[in-house]
Amino acid sequence: MSEGKTNSGPQPTEATFRIFRGERQTGSFKDYTTRISEGMVVLDAVHQIQAEEAGDLAVRWNCKAGKCGSCSAEINGMPKLMCMTRLNSIPLDKPVTIEPMKTFPHIKDLVTDVSWNFEVKKTIKKFKPKKPEADGTWRMSQADADRPQEFRKCIECFLCQDVCHVLRDHHLHSEFIGPRFLIYTAQLEMNPLDTENRLGDLKNQHGIGYCNITKCCTKVCPENITITDNAIIPLKERVVDEFFDPLGALFRKFRSNG
Amino acid sequence: MADYQTFEYDVLVIGAGGAGLRAAIEASSHGLRVGLICKSLLGKAHTVMAEGGMAAAMGNVDDRDNWRVHFADTMRGGQYLNNPRMAELHAKEAPARVHELEAWGAIFDRTKDGRILQRNFGGHRYPRLAHTGDRTGLEMIRTLQDHGIHMGIDVHMECTILDLLTDGGRIAGAFGYDRERGRFKLFPSKAVILATGGIGRAFKITSNSWEYTGDGQSLAYRAGAELMDMEFVQFHPTGMVWPPSVRGILVTEGVRGEGGVLRNNLGKRFMFDDIPDNYKPQTADTPEEGWRYVTGDKSARRPPELLTRDHVARCIQREVREGRGSPHGGVFLDIAWIKEKIPNAKEHIKRKLPSMYHQFKQLADIDITEVPMEIGPTTHYVMGGVRVDGDTQMACVPGLFAAGEVAAGLHGANRLGGNSLSDLLVFGKLAGEHASKFAKSQPAVKVNPQQVDDIARTALAPFERVGGVPPYEVQHKLQDMMQELVGIVRLQPEMERALVELDKLKELASKVSVVGNREYNPGWHTAIDLRNLLTVSEAVALCAVNRKESRGGHFRDDYQAKDPEYAKFNHVLKMEKDGSMSIRREPLPPMTDEMRQIIEEQSK
Repeated sequence: MSEGKTNSGPQPTEATFRIFRGERQTGSFKDYTTRISEGMVVLDAVHQIQAEEAGDLAVRWNCKAGKCGSCSAEINGMPKLMCMTRLNSIPLDKPVTIEPMKTFPHIKDLVTDVSWNFEVKKTIKKFKPKKPEADGTWRMSQADADRPQEFRKCIECFLCQDVCHVLRDHHLHSEFIGPRFLIYTAQLEMNPLDTENRLGDLKNQHGIGYCNITKCCTKVCPENITITDNAIIPLKERVVDEFFDPLGALFRKFRSNG
Repeated sequence: MADYQTFEYDVLVIGAGGAGLRAAIEASSHGLRVGLICKSLLGKAHTVMAEGGMAAAMGNVDDRDNWRVHFADTMRGGQYLNNPRMAELHAKEAPARVHELEAWGAIFDRTKDGRILQRNFGGHRYPRLAHTGDRTGLEMIRTLQDHGIHMGIDVHMECTILDLLTDGGRIAGAFGYDRERGRFKLFPSKAVILATGGIGRAFKITSNSWEYTGDGQSLAYRAGAELMDMEFVQFHPTGMVWPPSVRGILVTEGVRGEGGVLRNNLGKRFMFDDIPDNYKPQTADTPEEGWRYVTGDKSARRPPELLTRDHVARCIQREVREGRGSPHGGVFLDIAWIKEKIPNAKEHIKRKLPSMYHQFKQLADIDITEVPMEIGPTTHYVMGGVRVDGDTQMACVPGLFAAGEVAAGLHGANRLGGNSLSDLLVFGKLAGEHASKFAKSQPAVKVNPQQVDDIARTALAPFERVGGVPPYEVQHKLQDMMQELVGIVRLQPEMERALVELDKLKELASKVSVVGNREYNPGWHTAIDLRNLLTVSEAVALCAVNRKESRGGHFRDDYQAKDPEYAKFNHVLKMEKDGSMSIRREPLPPMTDEMRQIIEEQSK
């Protein structure tokens, strides 16, 4: 997605952060004012508040470099990684709102229970490689590697799941695997070494039909993966070809037998 | 009596980065009940941050490469304090571990003929690192994770182990708590594999995530195992230095592997001025030869920017100290300059180093395809760790195994870049295999309820105290102190002062109090981590003060040269009955005639 507008002029020395505290039903926003300095990101401010005035403020994070996808939250209503959101990219003249992702069950403060995602992944058929060359290894051109490699950049921050209206607004978690696992399926299906077929699962239990291509997922992806155009639409096409195109199916049947 | 849930396993793996996942997959493939503990969510462990690649002598890019060259490179890089058996196993088995990842779905960058591409890295004679752009760690951890979830391994996410349990001298499992809800969990197990990574959080400037608090080293130490060579901490030469909030974040060595050069504020490539004698035969004489090397000319030798990390970090430190540094206290790392050499350099850099491009653009407003980066040394890795048997990975406590960064031996005094990811796979597998054998040979374990109660009481003590010191304050004091007194350049009086300061901090840590309840409470988590951070800090300082020479990652201003006397032993630490830390010198494990011969022939 495009980066926020950079503020011009000298940066203020203090800013107020309106952070959600407590549990979803009973919690509320609380304001914290803290010092800020050049280059700070939202996660720095949260850590400073935690160290100085809110020792039990719950926040999930790991690498602080946009590589692990742990610190997902909604900053001024936008799903983002806290570690990659610089303070000079958001307005500081009013409190900065930080709240947990809405699509998942809440645990406490900024932390949600994302375990559903880990369960979903187990339902997707694993990689099944074709037979290797005589020397026991495989050959693959870089051009063929490029396509699945785009999807393998995913850091599993689940921001795409958070913003997907099928999950966020319609709560169809039991019928739809969400953009993260559609690109997971796409990288398996597009791996030139893979021999498994996941199209039936995509259509039936994984609910690919629910996606109506609003591209919200693509817009929030911190890895800039073209989720909708490069993964979901091609998968939808494959599903259509497989199940709704009898001539094509017949043709493929003969070709594979020949 | 403490309230807890019980989960019983044959093999319990603590840590779910590359080594832990590989160990769990191995143990599971032996048909055993396996539990896997992650301190964070699955797939977020520090392995995910590894960038450059994994070293394996496959010879895909240069067919002169083989395990003998890799073995010799690893030993030379480690200044011969390595466990030679581990270096041999590592060099021999790494290629098979890389191919195995491909069979499990990893997609590496390719050569023109479709094989796995290998890149140049510091201290490796030939292009040796299998890689996926500059996010190889992500590729590796995701592959292991996605393979492992179909194997019936029980995964405990966001769970911290408080202590190991013993039963008459052998391992009996572990006791911990889940971080989300704060509930205790008991894991009776016949074998335990530690795969908890490093200790970087003991220092202020580090590339390591919060998880790296020396848990495995400390758990093992308290359970009676020995630690080894803890003075050898690797300061990676290239961490970000500006802006302050990103100080320490890693800039991959792959930048230099792709042709990036180091310059001081006079614009000079200072690495040409200081090339150690034992690397002179393999190092380029001119910038022109260095460029030919990184572009694949087999007759050229590698540029001095690709010398070992310990050496490059010290050269950078020297430039800064002598006033030739960059505006924010680092030096310049320039990859943009290659536009003088190749067309479409901008696109090339973005394709080979996408994460670096992204990282600088987003966090520092810098376009690395246009201008140089400012970089400086950052605490990155600990070569020392739990002392294990080179063949089985078992510590001196029966049933306790260690693999990956938490174990000592493979890397000696300095680790070569790229040897970490391969370490995780090779020794993760071996630890899984030998722990499985051990577990199969053992009867069920007995858990001592008194031991469990004691651990639980200690863990909850910070809630009982009111108005004590906040845990973050002790943590920050420790990090500042270690950075200043036991950092990249060391001095006798400073380290002696560090040992005194550590006693004071231990006292302070015993008085911390936390607010709130047990549910996802970072203050409490930090209070619990403190004990481990203090243990490993003491281990580093005690070994460092006793090594009166400079070697590998350990550099002393008061003893700047290597001393042959110190080339004969490893430092070994143990907890004495009175709870104090003792240190002794243990002669190096012997080398076979074949190993000696390889080192001899490869030193030309």
